[in-house]
Amino acid sequence: MSKVRVLVGTRKGAFILSSDGKRDNWDVSGPFFAGWEIYHMKGSPVNPERVYVSQTSGWFGQLFQASDDGGKTWYQPGVKTENAGAPQWPPVKSNRFVYDASNETGKPLTTHQWYDGTQHPWEFKRVWHVEPSLTDPNTVYAGVEDAAIFRSTDGGANWSEMPGLRGHGTGPQWQPGAGGMCLHTIILDPKNPDRIFIAISAAGAFRTDDGGKTWKPINKGLRSQFIPDQDAEVGHCVHHVAMNPDRPNTLFMQKHWDVMRSDDAGDNWTEISGNLPTDFGFVIDVNSNEPETVYVVPIKSDSEHFPLDGKLRVYRSKSGGNEWEELAKGLPEKDCYVNVLRDAMAVDKLDKCGVYFGTTGGQVYVSPDGGDNWKAIVHDLPAVLSVEVQTIP
Amino acid sequence: MSDSVHTVRVQIPYHLRNLARVEGEFALEVSEPVTIRAVLDALEARYPMLCGTIREHDTLKRRAFLRFFACEEDLSHESPDTLLPDAIASGREPFLIIGAIAGGC
Repeated sequence: MSKVRVLVGTRKGAFILSSDGKRDNWDVSGPFFAGWEIYHMKGSPVNPERVYVSQTSGWFGQLFQASDDGGKTWYQPGVKTENAGAPQWPPVKSNRFVYDASNETGKPLTTHQWYDGTQHPWEFKRVWHVEPSLTDPNTVYAGVEDAAIFRSTDGGANWSEMPGLRGHGTGPQWQPGAGGMCLHTIILDPKNPDRIFIAISAAGAFRTDDGGKTWKPINKGLRSQFIPDQDAEVGHCVHHVAMNPDRPNTLFMQKHWDVMRSDDAGDNWTEISGNLPTDFGFVIDVNSNEPETVYVVPIKSDSEHFPLDGKLRVYRSKSGGNEWEELAKGLPEKDCYVNVLRDAMAVDKLDKCGVYFGTTGGQVYVSPDGGDNWKAIVHDLPAVLSVEVQTIP
Repeated sequence: MSDSVHTVRVQIPYHLRNLARVEGEFALEVSEPVTIRAVLDALEARYPMLCGTIREHDTLKRRAFLRFFACEEDLSHESPDTLLPDAIASGREPFLIIGAIAGGC
């Protein structure tokens, strides 16, 4: 029987929740990297035992960790673990995320727009999202703040920026959202190895069709009330984008306000908020078996980041948007004032698609039946930053 | 041991001790001149997993929320090439790398 492994990043460490295909009884392991912020962890689709972790701290900066046994043991890529106390050289570079400003391969280190409208230099802060390659377990991408995308081809031991994105001509117009100017979404096209989608708060969504050399903004149709030019090419606060791998040209987006879809790989977007009680939110995901079944967690507003009326609800559309149904069974009915952050929802690949999400209150919920019924796997973790799930044959 | 190599006692924060897999205070061999830079170079050579956690890669700038203390003096804003006191170079006092007490959540 297949198993699932849920990778949970929190404000104070990483946790792994494991179950069989019934997804009823769970083993909880962790905290790993206790006391550190784990922005994101994700397993390789090629080798599920290889798991990558972004580990950060306001004091000690960025670290990068990996596992080759599904999270039982961890190592910093590049560190010789067999004799860790002995002198080693060269230095570890798995946490070296330096923008490529070289004349040969890079782009000038320019400025972006700061909160007060002035220009501000690009400064690396942390890795928000790690995205392992669909074909090579040693290749992994990292989305970072200040917004840029990096790639490693040696299992995370060394990182190189893909500077065409940061060097995009619109860069000086990008600006940080409230959480910083983060590149938080990376989606690899399973049918076109040269195509990658990314999203940045608050610049918008971008796509490359040439393996990352050049990028184009894909924000046509987005409307953001705080932008004077409603047809602005960039400046949109995209919170998350999701795709069903069977339909890589169809994308679903939770924007700051508005839920959107595109059926032409992001070239054009249409609003599908329909009857949602509020279309502000952070997460969005697509059922792995039904490409027109979409999930969001409506949040009251950009001023009040919690569910409406203290009732935690997932909304599901089985028609690709516009018509949404409230999913409540097993979720808190009252006094619930948590948030669900942008990378904190995931789906598994079992026949009855499992849906998972984590909250800033430390709960991780699972629905083993596509959203009909929910149950908390854990109640009291630190604030959840990210949730990913691995389906293991 | 050559006269030009000193044994310097070093203390680092809890999370960095975990990362380096050391317990408590430890000693480093540091070549003359015994400066802040020389101690950090020796520290990173011995424990490469700490590269980037105390000072940034490439620029070697001290991370904002870490402080350097020696003999009850805050040397955080001194030049990295500042000579450390004799008490540090001789091992009578430890060189302290301390995480700033900065609240947070």
